[in-house]
Amino acid sequence: MADTLLEARGLTRRFGAALALDALDLAIRPGEFFALLGGSGSGKSTLLRLIAGLDAPDGGALFLDGRDITADPPWARPVHMMFQSYALFPHMSVAENVGYGLRRVGVARGEQARRIAEALALVKLDGLGARRPHHLSGGQRQRVALARSLVMRPRLLLLDEPLAALDAGLREQTGFELRALQRQTGAAFVMVTHDQEEALALADRIAVLEGGRLVQVGTPEEVYWRPATAFVARFLGAANIVEPATLPLKPQVAGAAAYALRPEYIRLTRIGGASDSDLRAIRPSDHRTLGHEETGPNRVMGVVREAAFRGDSTLFVVALEAGGALRVTVHADDPMPEMGERVALAWDPDDLAPLAA
Amino acid sequence: MKRGRVGSWGLALGLGFLWVPVLLLVGFAFSADRIPFQWGGVSLRWFAALAANERLIEAAWLSIRIAAGAATLAMLIGGAAGFALARWGGFGGRVLLGGLIGAPLVLPEVVTGLSLLLTFVALEALTGWPEGRGALTVLLAHGTLGAAYVAVVVQARLAGGERVLEEAAMDLGAGPFTAFCTVTLPLMVPALAAGWLLAFTLSLDDLVVASFVSGPEGTTLPMVLFSALRLGLTPEVNALGAVILLLAGALVGLAMLLLRARRVEGQGEGG
Repeated sequence: MADTLLEARGLTRRFGAALALDALDLAIRPGEFFALLGGSGSGKSTLLRLIAGLDAPDGGALFLDGRDITADPPWARPVHMMFQSYALFPHMSVAENVGYGLRRVGVARGEQARRIAEALALVKLDGLGARRPHHLSGGQRQRVALARSLVMRPRLLLLDEPLAALDAGLREQTGFELRALQRQTGAAFVMVTHDQEEALALADRIAVLEGGRLVQVGTPEEVYWRPATAFVARFLGAANIVEPATLPLKPQVAGAAAYALRPEYIRLTRIGGASDSDLRAIRPSDHRTLGHEETGPNRVMGVVREAAFRGDSTLFVVALEAGGALRVTVHADDPMPEMGERVALAWDPDDLAPLAA
Repeated sequence: MKRGRVGSWGLALGLGFLWVPVLLLVGFAFSADRIPFQWGGVSLRWFAALAANERLIEAAWLSIRIAAGAATLAMLIGGAAGFALARWGGFGGRVLLGGLIGAPLVLPEVVTGLSLLLTFVALEALTGWPEGRGALTVLLAHGTLGAAYVAVVVQARLAGGERVLEEAAMDLGAGPFTAFCTVTLPLMVPALAAGWLLAFTLSLDDLVVASFVSGPEGTTLPMVLFSALRLGLTPEVNALGAVILLLAGALVGLAMLLLRARRVEGQGEGG
């Protein structure tokens, strides 16, 4: 248990007939940046509220450092949350907001002032302590909310869509600052987000939720390159989902991890544990070559049907002669095919990720 | 262009309809003539006479005390009811309570007054309290009436994001009671104060309900004025009207200022 800070066992939450969380198991390690990624209704916010103690589960238990905290009220949990709306107290100054939690636990006045100043410095808001929240910009409010939680020195900080309310330009910078703060404080950050780019960029590990269940937990690289299901593959950027109906994949040798794709061959490697199910995901950026050479391994022929300029790359939709279509991206430095041009696509077999249904 | 002119004429007409009688009263308060609606030159004599009229002053003082007590009672009951209506979305009978709490706003005052009188009489017969009718029964009656207004104001003001603020407070270590006292209550203060002022003015100028539930020791200012009407008016009444108008206007203005300050703050919150 030494490397588990928070553990959820069989956590279940119902809202009427709807199952928001379905017997969910989860383990969060000390000091990691963990992202709960999912669409609306995936149960990610419900999970966050359960961890904070703002909502009670219908079943299952939560353990913090091995201690059962399921029945603990929110004010007795050493877990703090940054709300999506920031929930700053409008009738208090910035310093009073940040000091609110310290006053509740009875920290001495001098110590309070010191820790408030420290927390404000941490989020680069020195000297703004006397302002009222409504006199601050959105980004500054976000920092106040962050300081208000961090001043409590939590071992686990919950962040509900921390970047969602910020302008696009501020998001990237704030994201880097969040990471820096997380490393600096050594606290475990658990972030809820619906934005896969945010999760991929910030988190050490990502849990993808769908319909109240964990579909996959892994590093950003793992969930991106080796999505466990078609849902994960689609949610984490537009992957090609290859179905046997679209591509006539057939085992060349019975039992071996090799498939024939007329007239060429695409070899598929088995990924640890995953069975050779029907679906495969191929990232648009994963094709190794885009040329005219018709013979060679892992090669299919197709005709370019659509092109979309994306700045540093261009997305092409290639209609395959074998049926179906694949989406591929070509880097701006590489030669671009013309519309209607007949091209050959080839992959590294390792880039075809097998998917569970 | 034409439409704008029609609009401004309409506005002038409407304002005149509402305010000309009031301004007339204020004007005649400064008239020197004995007859309340006859102009006899500018004078402050009726204000002086008013200041010397102990019966009126006493009634006014009683009215103010009753209004203050009733407003406080209304603030407590109405504040609690408004909070409950705004916060606990799903409790049993919520719709019923929501409808009933506002009933005094639309119920004819005669009905309210009569039913309150019956209640007080029955209550006295059963428990011996309240003893007879007087200032106390008027205060209780006005408190009930005012509670409806306070509840509506508080409910409207609490419709915002106070719940998440309370959650934030609890997340930071505050128990529910502390969270309420340090976060929700301070945010309710402007609505409570505005409600108090509304209930205060309501009580100050109520005649009908007070006439039903009052007794020998509870003659409020509107009751004195109304009886004076039958005995023959003096311009003292005009002077009194001017003073009350000033007082009520100041209170309503204060209530509006408080509500507006709250709204501006709410907007600054930015959702």
